[in-house]
This record gives sequence, C-alpha cells and structure tokens, in this order.
Amino acid sequence: MKDPSAETHIVATRTYAVVWLALLALLAATLAVARLQLMARYSVLGSLLIATAKAGLVLAFFMHLKYEGRFLKGLLLLTLCALTLFIGLTFVDVWYR
Amino acid sequence: MSTQNGHIDAAGKKMGMWFFLFTEILFFGGMFLLYSIYRYKYAQDFHNAAAEENIVLGTVNTAILLTSSLCIALSISAIRRGERYFSSWLQLVTIVMGVAFLVIKYFEWMAKIDIGIYPDSPVLLKMAAGEIIFFGLYYVMTGLHGLHVLVGCVVIAFMMRFTMRQTIHRGNVARLENTGLYWHFVDIVWIYLYPLFYLIT
Repeated sequence: MKDPSAETHIVATRTYAVVWLALLALLAATLAVARLQLMARYSVLGSLLIATAKAGLVLAFFMHLKYEGRFLKGLLLLTLCALTLFIGLTFVDVWYR
Repeated sequence: MSTQNGHIDAAGKKMGMWFFLFTEILFFGGMFLLYSIYRYKYAQDFHNAAAEENIVLGTVNTAILLTSSLCIALSISAIRRGERYFSSWLQLVTIVMGVAFLVIKYFEWMAKIDIGIYPDSPVLLKMAAGEIIFFGLYYVMTGLHGLHVLVGCVVIAFMMRFTMRQTIHRGNVARLENTGLYWHFVDIVWIYLYPLFYLIT
C-alpha cells in the first residue's frame, strides 16, 4: 500500500492482451468440458475451478492485485474466508438437520 | 478528495472502493449461498431446468464482458500515458459492450417469458419445486447482475466526460481506476454465473 511504484504501475498492453487471450482460452475450455461431457462426473468441480482461474486472472492483472501490498490481499482473503464460512456452516446445518 | 497541499489520496480512494467491493462480494455471496443449497437439495430439477438456457448467448455474453474488461483496463493504461482520446475511445467501446450484453440479456429473458417462464407464471408454477427455484434464482441473480452492468455503463459515461474535460488526467486517475475495479468485479460475478446457470446440466 505504501509502495509508490504500485501507485503508478502501468501494466504493458502486451500483458493485458495475453491475459485476455488466456481468459478466452479458459472460456473455450469450460465450454468444451461441459459440451463434450469430458469428466462428466467432475463437471461441476471442473467448471468452478476454471471459473476461479478466470476470476484469479481478472483479479491479479486487470484489478492489479498482483501489484498491491499484503494488506489489501489480506482483506480480500478475509472476505472470501467469511463467505466460505457462511456457505460451509449453512451446508453443515442442512446436512445434520 | 484533495487535502490542503493539493495532494490526492489515491491509495485511500482505492481502499474505499475495495471496501465497497467486499460488501458487494457478500451481497452476491448470499445469492450464491442460496443457489448452492437448493442445487444440493434439487440436483435433478436444476439439471433439467438448466437445459432450458441458451448456451450460445451465454457464451457470447461471457466473451463480451471479458473483452470489455480488457478495454477498460487498457483505457486506464492509456490515460496514465497521457493518451486522452485513445482512453475515452476505449471507455466508449466498454460502454457499447456493456449495452450489447444487456441487449442479449433482454432477448434471453424475452425468449423465456414468451414460453411462459417468468416468476409466478402459470407455466412455471406447474413445474417441479426445484425448477421453480432455479428460474427464480436465474431472474434474481442475472437481473441484479444486469442492473450492475447498467450502473457501470452510466458511471463509465461520466468518466468519459471527465476524461474529455481533463478533470481525469495522467496525475489524477483514481476515479477511472475505481470505475475499472467495479467493472472487473461485475465481470467476475458473471464468470461464476455463467457455469452455474448455463453449463452445469
């Protein structure tokens, strides 16, 4: 957060272009997994993992998280942990009701 | 907000935006929680109902949003290099893509409404319990997401105006950056909605 270079970091156009191509490739991959019934048994898990990879790329490069300090990353992690906890605890409730 | 010596607190503005996004994560998170619980309870109904979704339109819309995210990111890089016209042009392209997303969404919703699938419709109420919940969640989640896209388009339109009037410039990019963060967040929500409603059948 205090790093002045992070404030004015300009990501190269080339980097953005590569990230965008990777995102489209992952989109094609998730479509292929769903349509061709590859790994049908694990299709839910596979789709969510690919979605998370896409979200990670957007966060890291487009949202500059890669160039941010630990504080902001920690806060995001805390939020995601809170959400995971909510969903996890609700499932525990449903399972053992 | 400028302090007395004219310093712009870009880090503080960015932190504020991220805090807002954290509340947004929990806001959408509540709906993802409902989706996952009901999907668990009505796996077969969700499977059947998802077959009703138009996978082509869903995929095209995903590609549109991913590309629009690239455009807004490039517009921020451009303004940082002092390229005002190129930056506002990229912002315009982002808005056009956001509108294209909404137009496609409109046709998707209309196709469903035409065959009688809309909240509380006689056709829907005759379906299985899990299918009613699936379409309810579909309308609520894609509707609220669409509203976010609409808000994003309006905000970017203001950013274009600021960029052209040079109140957003190389030394003061915070507003455009925060708009970008919001737009990318909306993109990420769709990245999860897409497999949950269109692919998992």
